Amino acid sequence: MNQYKNLVASSFDDFKRNKVRTFLTSLGIMVGVMSVVLLIALGLGLKNYIEEQFESLGANLLIIFPGNVFSEDSGTGGNFGAGFAGGANFDEKDVRTLKKVSNVKYVVPLFSKSMAISNGKEKKAGYINGSSDEAFEVMNIEIEEGRTFNKSDLTGRAKKGVMGYTMAEKLFADPLSAVGKTVKASDIRFEIIGVAKKKGDRQMDDGIFVPYTSTFGSLNPNKTFFAIYLGTDSEDSIQSVKVGAKEALLKRYDEDDFSVTEQSQILSSVNQIFGIINTILIAIGSISLFVGGIGIMNIMYSTVTERTKEIGIRRAIGATERDILLQFLMESVILSLLGGIVGLILSGIIVFIVRFFFPASLNLTAILVAVIVSSIIGIVFGVFPARRAAKLSPIEAIRYE
Amino acid sequence: MVKLLNVYKTYYLGEDLVKALDGVSLTIKKGEYISILGSSGSGKSTLMHIIGLLDKPTSGIVEIKGDDISKLNDNQISKIRSTFVGFVFQQFNLINKLTVLENVMLPAIYSKEKLKFDPQKKAKDLLIKFGMEERLNFYPNKISGGQQQRVAIARALIMDPDLILADEPTGNLDSRTGDEILDILEDLNKKTGVTVVIVTHEKDVADRTRRRIYIKDGKVVNKY
Repeated sequence: MNQYKNLVASSFDDFKRNKVRTFLTSLGIMVGVMSVVLLIALGLGLKNYIEEQFESLGANLLIIFPGNVFSEDSGTGGNFGAGFAGGANFDEKDVRTLKKVSNVKYVVPLFSKSMAISNGKEKKAGYINGSSDEAFEVMNIEIEEGRTFNKSDLTGRAKKGVMGYTMAEKLFADPLSAVGKTVKASDIRFEIIGVAKKKGDRQMDDGIFVPYTSTFGSLNPNKTFFAIYLGTDSEDSIQSVKVGAKEALLKRYDEDDFSVTEQSQILSSVNQIFGIINTILIAIGSISLFVGGIGIMNIMYSTVTERTKEIGIRRAIGATERDILLQFLMESVILSLLGGIVGLILSGIIVFIVRFFFPASLNLTAILVAVIVSSIIGIVFGVFPARRAAKLSPIEAIRYE
Repeated sequence: MVKLLNVYKTYYLGEDLVKALDGVSLTIKKGEYISILGSSGSGKSTLMHIIGLLDKPTSGIVEIKGDDISKLNDNQISKIRSTFVGFVFQQFNLINKLTVLENVMLPAIYSKEKLKFDPQKKAKDLLIKFGMEERLNFYPNKISGGQQQRVAIARALIMDPDLILADEPTGNLDSRTGDEILDILEDLNKKTGVTVVIVTHEKDVADRTRRRIYIKDGKVVNKY
């Protein structure tokens, strides 16, 4: 133990004597560790962000899409999105059918169409989202100002809507003042009765939620829905509702025409995609770690040459080959580890700053990987120079000037 | 204690084969005070390196305390270097980035066995004995040659060796300082019974020892 303490102390002595060189050598590893850790942090943050988006919809939620998107047998997102093209056109009859499935609490149809919304003076691109009054609860949409539309608005085909915050910002100087104003989509005027809180979902923030019944007509001539959201009475009944909903819809549609999807399925597809992206990012970051390792090797070789005489003296007074090997190996490991730790601290600071704009996150794995990888680099790239030092002939080393 | 039998050491210098040692046989007994005398290039330094196990012979047998060293591995040889021999070099060969005290303590760091003494205390005692108490925390390049050689002797002694090998210990010193160093070595031999071998090309130095081994062209000769 004492021997290792000595080795560490003598390594730091040497670093103190060669501050600039030590810094430059560690810099390579520092940059390498930083790029790997930051890329992991950003990848992870992006993944978390998307997961949160899905989770904010609520855990007791099933989404029914036309086509077989995300269905189990469609493979690894192989036809991700392709399913939207064809498949069933859901209508009010399906809503009624689904309401009869046991354990279903809400059936919320969603009609969504991108179109320009105008305040009379200017037009902004946005979405018309036709849904039911229960949409606000199922999709966790909170109201910033005003109120949501209610059941009687729905049955009365009221031309009233709740505007997304971003759209309100675009159309009105003070977004909260939008309540009570009227906007026009296509040729239909909607009265704004509420402004929703920002949600982070473009379709909602840039849109206006209206009773789906009010879209029937010129906006939605076929009276169809893009998707139907099912809220179950508890998390445990998700599977039984999924089966029930499937059975109910199969009476009308083919198996390939629709899919009943839980969030976990969507999430696992997303996770898979991010897993691949992350691997690629880490591979790119590793290149700089490798280059940093070569830098260490280079410096260690020149240190060995520079200290040949010292090695000879140490051998003459009883140091074994192993003692010399350990001394140089210890130096390269410490050098690398120092770079790794500083790189980690810097990435921590950067992540902390980036978090204000982007949900990056550092996790324990990234930290452990950084520390372990930089020690391994120290060993791998240090062992060759250290072996050369150990194998020097004592007498030739001591004569070296 | 040390026995060399028909030792040869040859190496190539460019294309030329150099016979540094050409069949050397000799015995050094415990407690002796010997000099190995020879001109430069005679092979006396090579002889010292082989006795001190810094170098291996091309052929022939080297026995240390009855053990044939050709059968020993690096750990065992390093242990002999650590506990059996103490070196004193012409160039002092102290490590300049370590203080005087650290230099003297250095051999103790490499000891694989538990030491029976406190290295720091022993190093201090030795340095005080050689009149270096004012210089304990100096770096070697800040003290005189004579002082450096005293530090080197202290370093050679810290592990209580059986043998002190001094390679031209006075070579880089003026004659008065050189004499002081020789006095120290002679005194050590008398008082502690440690075997002292001085390698030199100066007859004056050799004359002070009790036995002289003359070496010429890699061979031990009777007279110089």
